Amino acid sequence: MIFGAILAGGVGSRMNIADMPKQFLMLGRKPIIIHTVEKFLMCPRLDKIYIGVHPDWMLHMQDLIEKYGLDAEKLVCVPGGNDRNSTIFNIINSIKERYGDDEDNIVITHDSVRPFVTNRIIEENIDAAIKYGACDTVIAATDTIVTSENGSTITSIPNRKFMYQGQTPQSFRVNLLFDMYNDLTDAEKAVLTDACKICVVRDYPVHLVEGEVSNLKITTVADYKIAMALEGGNPG
Amino acid sequence: MISCAYQLVQPHVFSVKYSDIDIAGEVVVKPRYMAICHADQRYYLGQRDANVLRKKLPMALIHECCGEVVYDKSQKFRVGQNVVMIPNVPGNVRVGEYENYAKGAKFLSSGYDGFMQEFVAMPGDRLVPFEKIPLPIAAICEFISVGAHAVSRFDHNAHQYRDAIAVWGDGSLAYAVSCILKNTFKSSKIIVIGKNRTKLSYFSFADEIYLTGSLPEGLRIDHAFECVGSAGSFYAINEIIRHINPQGTAILLGVSEDKVPINTRDVLEKGLTLIGCSRSSRVDFENAVKLLKNPDFQKRISAIVCETKPVASIADIHRAFAEDAGTMFKTVFEWKL
Repeated sequence: MIFGAILAGGVGSRMNIADMPKQFLMLGRKPIIIHTVEKFLMCPRLDKIYIGVHPDWMLHMQDLIEKYGLDAEKLVCVPGGNDRNSTIFNIINSIKERYGDDEDNIVITHDSVRPFVTNRIIEENIDAAIKYGACDTVIAATDTIVTSENGSTITSIPNRKFMYQGQTPQSFRVNLLFDMYNDLTDAEKAVLTDACKICVVRDYPVHLVEGEVSNLKITTVADYKIAMALEGGNPG
Repeated sequence: MISCAYQLVQPHVFSVKYSDIDIAGEVVVKPRYMAICHADQRYYLGQRDANVLRKKLPMALIHECCGEVVYDKSQKFRVGQNVVMIPNVPGNVRVGEYENYAKGAKFLSSGYDGFMQEFVAMPGDRLVPFEKIPLPIAAICEFISVGAHAVSRFDHNAHQYRDAIAVWGDGSLAYAVSCILKNTFKSSKIIVIGKNRTKLSYFSFADEIYLTGSLPEGLRIDHAFECVGSAGSFYAINEIIRHINPQGTAILLGVSEDKVPINTRDVLEKGLTLIGCSRSSRVDFENAVKLLKNPDFQKRISAIVCETKPVASIADIHRAFAEDAGTMFKTVFEWKL
């Protein structure tokens, strides 16, 4: 089976423009997360779509699913964890409980605040996860990437042609991710904020899927303004 | 849901428009295969009048398309069902009128976004389900429906003497119309008149083939279809008037940007009927699907379908249009955006 996993565990601390988590802010006529869920619903290859929501906002999410008339049978809301990976693993545990340990099960994890994800990206993630076991959505870096370990001087300037910016979806064979995550020490788990990095630190190859510049993550006020302009400039 | 429309903003330039499409009341279709029409190519190359371009662009091109239903809240369509999309949006259709000519009708890819979109939300009555037709062939169903509409109007209006029916033109439309005529009027002689010997060689089913300008003086036909368009319309229509029997019907299908002088003296003297045809109605799409289900008809039509590589980026859209400019008949492609 193929599962979507939309990550909406955040509480919006980085946006600081509303008490409401950013995924619930309006983008045009609908909340950001509704746009994202709808895009996943348009992919018939996905058997179920999980939404990992902060427990305080679970009822709100369920209200939205009803209000916007989404296909509730295909959606499963589960409580999010303390961080991104724990939200993913709450979803994975729920998948395993309900649907067993089939080796072919894959999960397409995606930020709820990337509503501009395209059907092509989702389809290519599914194909790559089936074929390679793990994939990440990236775009080639256009700005030069500078590293600084002390925050005041440059440590290095890596060759830009090897640099990419990570987006989502990130997709995996469910059992593969589950086994590798459980193999990590608590110290490793604490520093691994990205699901693909779990594979990278265990030397499992992660295939690249080409993203889109427009697949932006709405994190700051500026991102939100860009998103509204892209969608048609209507704040809702 | 936010969906992308790949709009032509000026000749040779595409841009992506993001907009929220309403999935609640309509059927959501993922476009799968598309075909390029001359009308699309004229917009792409900037061969329309500057005022027309200013008025109609930006706009997503393509009105020949088949797709797959991905969402239908009403459950009239099943998810995964293949459908042909009808680009006509009917206006005020009075009883007895065709929906494609009625006042207030709109046409997707002429002033309104066509099918070069990530998803298209449409009312269920603008979708015609099909099975057992390969997607690259189903992509040109709209095109076949235009021919089916013309033949249906001919059948409705022309007198009963139909021994010889001639088609002027050697392009895709002439081919489709000739195939439909051959399939529909089995006892009629189908004559094709064109100017390109290579293209004419594809019309293997025609009973007689002639080069325009060198028709036998004694050639007499009962009815005619003009599928030439542009500057050639003048020669084709006047040749029809010369060779058609009195009270014959000529169906005009070729689009011309310029006005065409017609020998009206002979039109009057022979009592001819000239009927203009463009686009098609839902019933014509249904008839086109029926025709395309016929394996022999499908084989005939597949001869003019040239599938190019899938389109998965804006660069691919440019490539498809460039390839189409060098293709004799129809260019189709898988849509992966």
